[in-house]
Amino acid sequence: MTETGYNFAYLDEQTKRMIRRSLLKAVAIPGHQVPFGSREMPLPYGWGTGGIQVTAAILGADDTLKVIDQGADDTTNAVSIRKFFARTAGVATTGATDEATIIQTRHRIPETPLSESQTLVYQVPIPEPLRWMEPRESETRTMHALEEYGVMHVSLYEDVARHGQIAKTYDYPVQVADRYIMSPSPIPKFDNPKMDRCPALQLFGAGRERRLYAVPPYTTVRSLDFEDHPFHVESWDAPCALCGATDSYLDEIITDDAGSRMLVCSDTDYCSRRQTSTTRRRAAS
Amino acid sequence: MYVSVKGGEQAIDNAHQWLAESRRGDTSVPELSLAQIREQLAGSVDRVMTEASLYDVDLAALAIKQARGDLIEAIFLLRAYRTTLPRFGYSEPLDTASMRIRRRISATFKDLPGGQVLGPTFDYTHRLLDFQLAVDGKAPTAPSAREPLPTSMPRVTDMLGQQGLIEEELADDSQPVGDITREPLDFPSKRDVRLQALARADEGFLLGMAYSSQRGYGRNHPFAGEIRLGEIAIEFTPEELGFPVELGEITVTECQMVNQFTGSDAAPPQFTRGYGLGFGHCERKAISMALTDRALRSRDLGEPASAPAQDDEFMLYHCDNIQATGFVEHLKLPHYVDFQSELAMLRALRQRHGQETDKEQQP
Repeated sequence: MTETGYNFAYLDEQTKRMIRRSLLKAVAIPGHQVPFGSREMPLPYGWGTGGIQVTAAILGADDTLKVIDQGADDTTNAVSIRKFFARTAGVATTGATDEATIIQTRHRIPETPLSESQTLVYQVPIPEPLRWMEPRESETRTMHALEEYGVMHVSLYEDVARHGQIAKTYDYPVQVADRYIMSPSPIPKFDNPKMDRCPALQLFGAGRERRLYAVPPYTTVRSLDFEDHPFHVESWDAPCALCGATDSYLDEIITDDAGSRMLVCSDTDYCSRRQTSTTRRRAAS
Repeated sequence: MYVSVKGGEQAIDNAHQWLAESRRGDTSVPELSLAQIREQLAGSVDRVMTEASLYDVDLAALAIKQARGDLIEAIFLLRAYRTTLPRFGYSEPLDTASMRIRRRISATFKDLPGGQVLGPTFDYTHRLLDFQLAVDGKAPTAPSAREPLPTSMPRVTDMLGQQGLIEEELADDSQPVGDITREPLDFPSKRDVRLQALARADEGFLLGMAYSSQRGYGRNHPFAGEIRLGEIAIEFTPEELGFPVELGEITVTECQMVNQFTGSDAAPPQFTRGYGLGFGHCERKAISMALTDRALRSRDLGEPASAPAQDDEFMLYHCDNIQATGFVEHLKLPHYVDFQSELAMLRALRQRHGQETDKEQQP
């Protein structure tokens, strides 16, 4: 059921053109935040309006769209955004990572490796990685221009001095193509290595903050660290309780009043496929 | 066996149906019509139109009904609708001197050409609940004046301007007017952009910031030179015609604030200005807007600017209630992935802390 009375994918063509122009600039300067004329969407600011506008600008009738929130395809906001595009663009939607041509995500990168034919669109709440050290946009833009990133290293070092290690766990700052420091959006640092030299185009949209940025395919993305405190990712001492994965990001589920916990994959598509293939293997043997 | 949580489409649909049911309330009570909201809740309608930047009383009434009277939600509905409208051009600047006045007061002159016109006002009412209003549906009428108001009421600031006592306000027509709905903010901000942002800013936020400037956080000695309310024609010049045609009338409230004078070696001391304008009858908003407009001009006027109300980045990035409520309320969205990383980090740090404490305790 496609909504009548609206243009394909909701935004008018002039707006899409404006966004595409900004995206081209973003791709040309990897990691650089490009201001754009973000529109007021019928979904709230801070609920993915940046990602939605990017998706609307690049979506074609032949695309297959996957929308994930915290790794899952069926959390409320992912459902709502997928429905929005199903209604306004009538495109095919999927939960399967490898079937999607465009994947809009909030806070995760799928476990299944991405390919050149795919685009990953991130929803970004705060695009400015220097914001917590310097709240002023006018200042931070200058700092980026001059590649003045001392405050970021100082902030990471303060963690080391206080906690003996870098204590940033998500939205862990990265340097793109050895130039711009960029916020990967609040993905867990576990996902940062997936960004590095990723075959898929990665686009980032911040609607409320009116910024777009991009990481072109096969671009280096380095998580900031120190030689004596190298970057490392989270690990769990148990596999996924549902599919047995030892290589995926696990979420903790509280299972009873006594606070018993179980660990399951946050990427629901990855987990359910592993479960079906295990069942199949068992059935075959 | 644990099955992962699913925010199924059915659950979302049901939640929205429940909302619709509760919006209607007790069905034995007659349903509100848009006309009732439009005619009897003008304060809400005007606020929604102003903060949505869209002048349409019927759509504003619809938004208020749909939002169950939650005005920020109503503003959001109307804003999202506004985005989809094609833009065919810009009207001629409003000439508020030619406004058909319903109310016009000045706090700077006891009497002035055209006089003090009180119009409809809550001022000087005693805020005592009118229990009569709860029981009967009488329709009060007000007496009419014996003669109509003069068609032109000069603005107080223009009178001060004739004597050179107040800074001139000159539009720079060589520059296109900024548009905050099409362009991201850029700092230091220009006044056209600031006034646009303030005009659609949340009334409560603006009121608080204006109040803070009166209490010493960026004081600017304001006098309400003039507040006027009335109807004004919107004129538009189509390219095909080359002369302006009238599109219709809208109601606006305008506030011109007269503020502290400054001088320099080059210019003699003059009063300065703060400007406020909103749709419908919205004096609180217009006055707050004029006070904050003046506070935000501090830097341009060479005054020290350290208060929040004088800080354009702080004000413009935080005055929009649709942006603010979206981001504040997004905390309702699941954050368990990020929380998981924090948990893992906290456990690691606690473990480390324990080991260090153990080490210290060894003899």
